Amino acid sequence: MDAISTESLTKHYHIGFWRPRPYVALDALSLSVRQGEVFGFLGPNGAGKTTTLKLLMQLIYPTSGRAEILGRPVGDVAVRRRIGYLPENPYFYDYLTAEELLEYFGGLFGYSGADRHKRVGTLLDEVGIGAERRLQLRKFSKGMLQRVGIAQALINDPEVVFFDEPMSGLDPLGRREIRQLILKLRDRGCTVFFSSHVLSDAEALCSRVAVLAGGRLVAAGDLSELLAFQVRGWELVVNGLTDAALDQAKASGRVTQATALGGQRFALELPLSVVPADLLAGLTAQGAQLVSINPVRETLEDFFVRQIGAAPKDRGLGEVAR
Amino acid sequence: MRIICHVAVNVFKESVRDKVLYNLVAFASLLIAVSYLLGQLTAGQDVKIVKDLGLAAIATFGLLIAVFIGIGLVWKEVERRSIYGLLSKPIRRSEFIVGKYAGLALTLLVNVVVMTVVFYAVLAYLNTQFPAAVRSAWPAPATDPGMLPAIVLIFVELLLVTAIALFFSTFSSPFLSAALTVGLWVIGHFNADLRNFEAVVESRPAAYLARGLYYLLPNFAAFDIKTQVVHALPVPAAYVVTTALYGLLYVALLLTGAVVIFSRRDFK
Repeated sequence: MDAISTESLTKHYHIGFWRPRPYVALDALSLSVRQGEVFGFLGPNGAGKTTTLKLLMQLIYPTSGRAEILGRPVGDVAVRRRIGYLPENPYFYDYLTAEELLEYFGGLFGYSGADRHKRVGTLLDEVGIGAERRLQLRKFSKGMLQRVGIAQALINDPEVVFFDEPMSGLDPLGRREIRQLILKLRDRGCTVFFSSHVLSDAEALCSRVAVLAGGRLVAAGDLSELLAFQVRGWELVVNGLTDAALDQAKASGRVTQATALGGQRFALELPLSVVPADLLAGLTAQGAQLVSINPVRETLEDFFVRQIGAAPKDRGLGEVAR
Repeated sequence: MRIICHVAVNVFKESVRDKVLYNLVAFASLLIAVSYLLGQLTAGQDVKIVKDLGLAAIATFGLLIAVFIGIGLVWKEVERRSIYGLLSKPIRRSEFIVGKYAGLALTLLVNVVVMTVVFYAVLAYLNTQFPAAVRSAWPAPATDPGMLPAIVLIFVELLLVTAIALFFSTFSSPFLSAALTVGLWVIGHFNADLRNFEAVVESRPAAYLARGLYYLLPNFAAFDIKTQVVHALPVPAAYVVTTALYGLLYVALLLTGAVVIFSRRDFK
């Protein structure tokens, strides 16, 4: 059983008052997320990430298609006992303290008394909210609210947790803490589905990702597979390279870029079409020594930019109707 | 039920933290000040005037709370997006609506009870200020428990106003909700005129329309028995019970409508 699955999940809005025009917020999204994985849901602003999360939380209803969480339809209240959700830029009742908010949400799950109080305390410790927990939320900064938002998403010890831009508003230290928290959740078997446009976070945390652009899924899969197929060349680090040998290598067109690392040490970039051993043979014959050789792989950022660039921009209904 | 109570207690907490109960201080100050001033101006009629004013003030203060908090109950949650976090928890939209309503009803109950206690306390004090001969000329004692049914009906009326405000707030802005709620409240107080409309117009469609509106719109005038109780005129218990049931039935219909609308809403 998948933790999350969607089948042709679609959401249209009508924009404009006098002459409403259809706008495709999400177009036939079919996706599956396995249990226990950290899944990155990536895309630029307005790609449809938050729309998808709202559909999964049933804050909005789909125009067509369906979605399941833990094998049950998303509308099932019983499912919500087993999930957690951090909305984008969370806002909570500002007249409550952080402690009271978590107590309130804990009560909705049926926790009460000392058990609830202990759970609240532990969670606030975990997200780094100290003595401020007794302040009203109206006095909280954006980053602190984000931490409270993460804590409330975990109040029921969820099996699946949905984070919409979890790193938003956090300082570098906070981001690192939340990254560690996500990995901790994964280690205890929780599925983490998070949307982000911060690709370094996704690269550091996710086993699989989906890329969304213009309301459409443009790529999905194992992060290592998506990027492994996109080896774009080689990087050779050599020592004792003379100027003459370097010029000769450049002139042959087999080196696309040479970066001096100090002394006679250079990092040479080779296109994928060049066999590194052939070039290396020539260089070592001129006295150079190999220090390291590595494939130059595409980063998630490169992959993302390429996918987004290729995605169609129009989101009118006529353009996407099939 | 547990969830509804949980939401309701939170609404009550919000009202307390937003200093809604401060209106009780305003109510008590008004009543005490007026009693004192009247004591300087009139003789014998003071108690009746204080009764009139006290009951009217309970209704007015309650109405202000019901309208101005009622219209924001749902709207504020949606506008500030606090609803996102809440509805992702194991709570049905119907439980949210009923819980919100129950919370404001609890706030109103506390308000009305405290205002009633202050009202009777002021009357009890006034009672000590007059000789027995003057008191015996009054149609009813100062602290006449016969006024309680009027307060019960004021409370039911407030419950109805709250339900109307909540109903409108599930799909419209606070300004529009306030305008529609107050508009219905005003029309509801002139409901009897709609019933008699056919006697003054010749057009049958207009008469049918007026008769239809009479049955459709809430009859707020029915809840107003302030004049009767102040003058110690008899009000049958059956009337109070039937009117209260009428109000509660209307509340149930409005809450059902609010739940139906709210359950279909997209929170973009």
